[in-house]
Amino acid sequence: MSRDYPDEPAGEFPRPPRTVTDREGRDIELVSADEADRDGIVRMYVAFAPADRAQGIPPDKKDAIENWLDTILGDDCLNVVARDDDAVAGHATLVPDREGDFELAIFVLQPYQGAGIGTELVETLLGLGQQEGIGNVWLTVERWNDPAIALYRKVGFETSSAESFEVEMGINL
Amino acid sequence: MDILLGVGGSELSYHALEETVERAKETGDTLTVAIFDNEEVGTDADTVRKQVEETLDTAGFEASIRRLEGGSPGSQIVELAESEAFDRIVLGGGERSTLGKIQLGSIVEFVLLNAQTPVTLIR
Repeated sequence: MSRDYPDEPAGEFPRPPRTVTDREGRDIELVSADEADRDGIVRMYVAFAPADRAQGIPPDKKDAIENWLDTILGDDCLNVVARDDDAVAGHATLVPDREGDFELAIFVLQPYQGAGIGTELVETLLGLGQQEGIGNVWLTVERWNDPAIALYRKVGFETSSAESFEVEMGINL
Repeated sequence: MDILLGVGGSELSYHALEETVERAKETGDTLTVAIFDNEEVGTDADTVRKQVEETLDTAGFEASIRRLEGGSPGSQIVELAESEAFDRIVLGGGERSTLGKIQLGSIVEFVLLNAQTPVTLIR
């Protein structure tokens, strides 16, 4: 499947590691993550509310989460986590598709939602993507998920297809 | 029950065929397999027919095969189900990206939104 991306490349995004203060006054560290961070990421997804799952992920059982992370934490993927002290509060990932572009997904644990962490996570992940020379990034989001669509648009994603249950958006780094 | 199964040649549509045949063997349901070209998959109806016949042979199950012509398989499935009073439409779908997100194809989505017949989606 070929996808459309904006002609104009996006501006420069902040790169990890960085620390931001969220709207609740918490100091949140944004760092690139890999296999070494698996335990903390698993703990976050085990605690994840089923109602916040999207399009079948994250999986709900620990075994399935571990299997899923085998892909997501692979060497060809890029990951950023948001940490509040030692706890993982959010996670964003870029996973290569068959065309050499990257699919993005992001999850923020419920107690940390609505505090601006999602936007910081996505921007920092895109900064890491720029650092690693990634070109096109796409994502799909459920059509009724207005907060997520607003977030992606603010960051610079443009809608490439809105004809189905899922809206598809893209950005050119 | 009279079941209408749509098969367009995707992995998931063949999976749905196997599941539906297994279930129909137990329940005694009558099965019609509607085969079509799925542009999103890039198969052709002849290849699909061969694969469907093989699966039916292997399972030792009798089903009629119908070929849908034209560019809009979703609407043809819906029409066929209504005009011939099928009790249920069955489709496979919900492909996952490498990242793991499930997306429905346009044919499945059309049938889910437009069918007057109950629809079973096998993922």
